[in-house]
Amino acid sequence: MGLRYGTGGEVLRDLDFRLGTGAFYFLTGPSGAGKTSLLKLLYLAQRPTRGRIGLFGEELTDAPRDALPPFRRRIGVVYQDFRLVRHLSAFDNVALPLRIAGHDESEVEGPVREMLAWVGLADRASARPPTLSGGEQQRVAIARAVIARPELLVADEPTGNVDAAMAKRILHLLTALNRLGTTVVVATHDLGLIAATPGSQLIRLENGQLIDPTGALRHPPVRPAASFEARGA
Amino acid sequence: MFDWLFASPADRRLLPGGKYAGPTPWLIAIMMFVMMIVAAAGLALAGGARLVREGVEHRYSIQIADGRAQEARALAAARAAPGVVSAAAVPEAELRATLEQWLGPVAAGEGSDLPLPALIEVELAPAADPQAVAAVVGRAVPSARFIADRAQLAPMLGTLTSLTWIAAVLVALIALATAAAVVLATRGALDTHRATIEVMHGIGATDVQVTRLFQRKIALDALLGGVSGGLVAALILLLVASGGIGALGDWTNGSLLGPGDVALLFCLPLLAAILATLVARATVLRALRAQL
Repeated sequence: MGLRYGTGGEVLRDLDFRLGTGAFYFLTGPSGAGKTSLLKLLYLAQRPTRGRIGLFGEELTDAPRDALPPFRRRIGVVYQDFRLVRHLSAFDNVALPLRIAGHDESEVEGPVREMLAWVGLADRASARPPTLSGGEQQRVAIARAVIARPELLVADEPTGNVDAAMAKRILHLLTALNRLGTTVVVATHDLGLIAATPGSQLIRLENGQLIDPTGALRHPPVRPAASFEARGA
Repeated sequence: MFDWLFASPADRRLLPGGKYAGPTPWLIAIMMFVMMIVAAAGLALAGGARLVREGVEHRYSIQIADGRAQEARALAAARAAPGVVSAAAVPEAELRATLEQWLGPVAAGEGSDLPLPALIEVELAPAADPQAVAAVVGRAVPSARFIADRAQLAPMLGTLTSLTWIAAVLVALIALATAAAVVLATRGALDTHRATIEVMHGIGATDVQVTRLFQRKIALDALLGGVSGGLVAALILLLVASGGIGALGDWTNGSLLGPGDVALLFCLPLLAAILATLVARATVLRALRAQL
């Protein structure tokens, strides 16, 4: 598949790969290689301009937009710029996915408090994003992305604004989620992070193209039920 | 059906800004005030026209130019005609008093040189045939003219009807302007909360979930604005009705606004709130459909 914005050139070209269910991927590549664009395709913020795309075993290339919210609820996203709702407290930001999914308020309080405690923000639950540091905002964003136990977690530089100790903790959270069955895709420049995650696979992009010399990304080994599939037209 | 009006505290926090903050309630209040005044004026005109029309529907005049001498014969013929309920000659003094208002003292007094027609007011039964009565009177006094009062009032009734339609068009235009204002206010709110909407969509919120937030806010703003504007308008209408409009009572012999008219006026704020809500909903849904 390929992706272009407006009348510009393709930012992603001839991508053909499958993500294995429950796998852990790092998405790497130089700046401008198309990592964020690929992530947007993964969390259904964009449609490819050519080719086909599928998620959770469903063909979504031409799916009507009304059909997308249920799929989005199965995806957790950590945006590079956090995208927290500025006027909501940390608690309300983290609770948002559960509330949108229609959970009763009694089912929200406990898990959100637990998640905030896990990312070290139990005492900042009522703070609003503008009063939080960059690292704290990032942790709120991560807590929001994982609170609903997504089947696919997409994270854009999730450790970019935190110290080494917190980065390790976040990675631990991501691997723990992965062990529970969540497919994880993390875009990062941090080679240390990749090295610290044994068993992870690499998706490398250069100039909008996938570098997959062995073809492993087209035919993921082990658990064959693909969670994400992108094929050229 | 109206569960969207009762959002949870968490949902209410998603769209910040004080309750009823912003210009929308004020705008709708002003629109509603103007709309109610214009609508009341239109309904009063329509009511007045109807009452005048009903009042003169069976009333006729017999005019005999310079025919005071034939007045008695014409009156007797009219009274004997089938379907005539009453017939009475207008006293000369009354005619002169009326003319004096335009012509001055020259018209006044029994000895005046000013020739006056004989005038007989006739009221027919609803089923009476005016042409038959005219024929009877014409046979008795060939120079007599049998004239329907409504024919004389036709220009005024036509004007009242035109003014009523103008008021109706104005009400429709104000409703249209209100809808346009709501569209602008909703678009402004969408722009203000674009980031929140994008986050909600990214997390899996449906268009309906997002729309409900805006729909509820606009509905409450519209209801508050509509009721406030409507109450002020009602107060002013009450003041006017207790004074000035009473002057028309002579013409209409009754109240200009019937119970149905008053009920319609009181429904306007609610109708405005419903209109604003539907417009806001359509605006939000349309804007959201432009996104993925």
